[in-house]
Amino acid sequence: MSRVDYSDVQGLLRFGYTRLTDARLYLMRIRDQAAARAWLASAPVSTAEAMSPPPTRALQVAFTASGLRSLGVREPIVASFSPEFVNGMVGERNRSHRLGDTGDNDPSKWLWGGPKDRIDLLVILLAAPGEMARWQQQVCNADWSRAFEGEVLNTSDLNGREPFGFIDGISQPELDWEGRRDTSQDQLDYTNLVALGEFVLGYLNEYGKYSERPLLDPDDEGADTLLPSQDDPGKRDLGRHGTYLVLRQLEQDVTGFWNFVNRQNGSNPSGKALAEALVGRRLDDGSPLVPLSADAIEGIPAAAGEPGNRFTYREDAEGLRCPFGAHIRRANPRNSDFPGRPSGIISRTLTMLGAGAPGFHDDLIASTRFHRLLRRGREYGRPGQDPGPAGLHFVCLNASISRQFEFVQNAWIVSGKFNGLPDESDPLLGAPEGRFSIPREGKCPARVAGIPRFITVRGGAYFFLPGIRAIRYFARAV
Amino acid sequence: MTPQSNLTLMAPIAAGRDTSLRSLLASMNRQPGEVDSLNSLLPFARFEDLHFARLVILDDQTTGDIAVYGQPPPSYPLYLAFLADFDGSYDEFLTQLVEHAGTGLRSIFSHCEGFNETTDIRAWMKDRECPPAAAYVNWIGRTAKQCRQEARLRTALVDYLAKAPDLLDQPAVQLHAQLREYAWKNGLMPEPEPKTPIRWWISNKLHAVLMAPILLLGLLLWTPVLLLVLRSRENSDPVIAPPPNPALAKKLADIEDHGFTNQFSAMGSLKPGVFRRWTTVLLLAAINYSTRHIYNKGALARVHSIHFARWIFIDNKKRMLFASNYDGSLESYMDDFINKVAFGLNVVFSNGIGYPSTRWLVLDGAKDEQKFKHFIRRHEFATEVWYNAHAGLSANDMRRNAAIRRQLEMERLNDGQAREWAALL
Repeated sequence: MSRVDYSDVQGLLRFGYTRLTDARLYLMRIRDQAAARAWLASAPVSTAEAMSPPPTRALQVAFTASGLRSLGVREPIVASFSPEFVNGMVGERNRSHRLGDTGDNDPSKWLWGGPKDRIDLLVILLAAPGEMARWQQQVCNADWSRAFEGEVLNTSDLNGREPFGFIDGISQPELDWEGRRDTSQDQLDYTNLVALGEFVLGYLNEYGKYSERPLLDPDDEGADTLLPSQDDPGKRDLGRHGTYLVLRQLEQDVTGFWNFVNRQNGSNPSGKALAEALVGRRLDDGSPLVPLSADAIEGIPAAAGEPGNRFTYREDAEGLRCPFGAHIRRANPRNSDFPGRPSGIISRTLTMLGAGAPGFHDDLIASTRFHRLLRRGREYGRPGQDPGPAGLHFVCLNASISRQFEFVQNAWIVSGKFNGLPDESDPLLGAPEGRFSIPREGKCPARVAGIPRFITVRGGAYFFLPGIRAIRYFARAV
Repeated sequence: MTPQSNLTLMAPIAAGRDTSLRSLLASMNRQPGEVDSLNSLLPFARFEDLHFARLVILDDQTTGDIAVYGQPPPSYPLYLAFLADFDGSYDEFLTQLVEHAGTGLRSIFSHCEGFNETTDIRAWMKDRECPPAAAYVNWIGRTAKQCRQEARLRTALVDYLAKAPDLLDQPAVQLHAQLREYAWKNGLMPEPEPKTPIRWWISNKLHAVLMAPILLLGLLLWTPVLLLVLRSRENSDPVIAPPPNPALAKKLADIEDHGFTNQFSAMGSLKPGVFRRWTTVLLLAAINYSTRHIYNKGALARVHSIHFARWIFIDNKKRMLFASNYDGSLESYMDDFINKVAFGLNVVFSNGIGYPSTRWLVLDGAKDEQKFKHFIRRHEFATEVWYNAHAGLSANDMRRNAAIRRQLEMERLNDGQAREWAALL
């Protein structure tokens, strides 16, 4: 028996629904508040309960701050969500700067989600092949038509590969649903098992604390239907079993990417080898460029057949196998709380005081466990078959947008100084005219220069993906 | 080596003059958060020994917090602070300032108490100098000029390499020899390090030797007092860490992240009473000792991202100002602190009113991540004018560039040294 009431959690937090290969993302505005509430009250939102046989259809619902307001949620309650969510992904110069949303990525150029575009909610429909038409008919009923207007982002099933051709979504954190993790101790080893509160609000996070979320007075209208807060039992927890959802439409220039890597010559690797260095994984089977670890890693099953998630970069401290700047090394550096694994109390104290980092690249990266993302993206377009745009509707879930998504995007992906690198940002997601260093044994690093922008942001927004009780609370509204 | 010094001026603003001062300071910026480095009042970029500078009005939002201890909020003066970090001595820098920016400084200081057209600006500034209780310099003796020259050297080497494909595949030892020749031939080698001023050297050594026993004795004597008094207070001291006020947050956000390096200014009141005051004095003296003699080569304990920082007592040690220049976003700066040096934050800032509860002075505190971040953002205030002579260069970049240069000065490297050196390019 789990400690978590899965019937109150939206399924996306527990399942990737990879068998439901048909996905549609509806970006909607509320036209009619009453109809929107009526639709929400009866929407067949999928929960995290395990079903047998597995479902062939799923529905998920998430709201922007303007969506909550449009539903009639009172301003003080909206304001008690996290500031990033309330302010939104666009509209603040420094946020756009930090996220790399400048130049061609500037929100004023986005197809949706830009500063003038209002989006109230995201409705995700997932279905097994052949099921979508009927599912859509059922979900988008008469209330829906009266309630909402908007547009739909279509997706395509590329067999688990992103448009450049690499297997996507191999590395995912393992959520600690059972509460097994002891976060009170320093972590000497990389762990993939992450405290539930990093992804599900209302539970303890990696600091052993509860992340910020709206807590209501029990006398507030409708609040009695919500669960009591774990850390403040006098309050009702509107965040409980919810999380924040980040959506970004990332358009990928597939032809440009392969043309660029194939064009390289001289000392630099080219073609597939360069593509693999930029990504950090092999094209064919998705295995990492560093060897798999002989030791078990907490939260990563040792099962045969998994394409390769059981590794860290500890044995590749000089970046000779996987360049420091490779995309997967940036997105998840797989380090622990200390460099050099100081296990004794004296060595740990010395490390804490700064004596544990002799090399230039040592100890420059924040401890990974506070900065994990649960990715639920879907591809779009048909590269190679269809000349139209292709890319990824990047979706990630996290309990703190600022400490998780924004931190990873800013300090690890966009930053030119990640891990002490000399002004080079992520080779796939970074700025144009980028550089990429490939460390080599006994020589200076090879350097790929003039990397164009392969990936352009075309839209984006922050959403709150509520628990089921919270959805019903919003439906009754306040 | 030329050690850095700092200027830390605090001057009460004359009654009713703060609005006019704010707009004068704003006129030094191109936009909020982005200074015009050659503005007519204080053309920072003309001072080649200057690393960082700021002009900031100490808008303490939190003077009322002392009410939680049943005390009425004192009425403190509103200060203008002028902070600068530079190479060489305070007196030399002050002379340069007065010479090259005397007129501009006069119009700024004319908003402060005790300043008029006839004031001797040099004496006036010296009178208002308020030496920090503790100061941190990322790398003692790394001059601004050196940072520029070493950055130029690295860029030139990398550009040369990009155009000389036959060099790229040379083994490290040969590469070193050839690049060394290239650098010398083309006058790229930075100027040799000047001699360390003898007076500084002696006083620094004396400080290292004499202060150690004094501090140790102080800590030893204070520990039982700490143990007796601290635990009970730690449990009862109120925490004040509400989510930040959106208007203040927006104002701060507007001036952040214009480049890779950011400024941070924050202040607050010490918890009332002699115990907290002397605990803070002692611990800051210990921190100052460690930054002078231990953490002076690229990192403050495990944190590599701070260029300069200082802790300054004001109003008879009732309040403290903390000012720093750091790499990355505020969020990553705070995360770095929480995850790497929470103990160091706790020992000082837990003596401030409202800090998240600590245990035994070093435990918990900043580890309450959300409350700590709220506390920090609540005490932060907008820096009116901020100048960074090293835009685009992180402290780590400077460390790498200096290492490249140091090894390039060596006539020959062995294979191991050469490999390490080549990897830095």
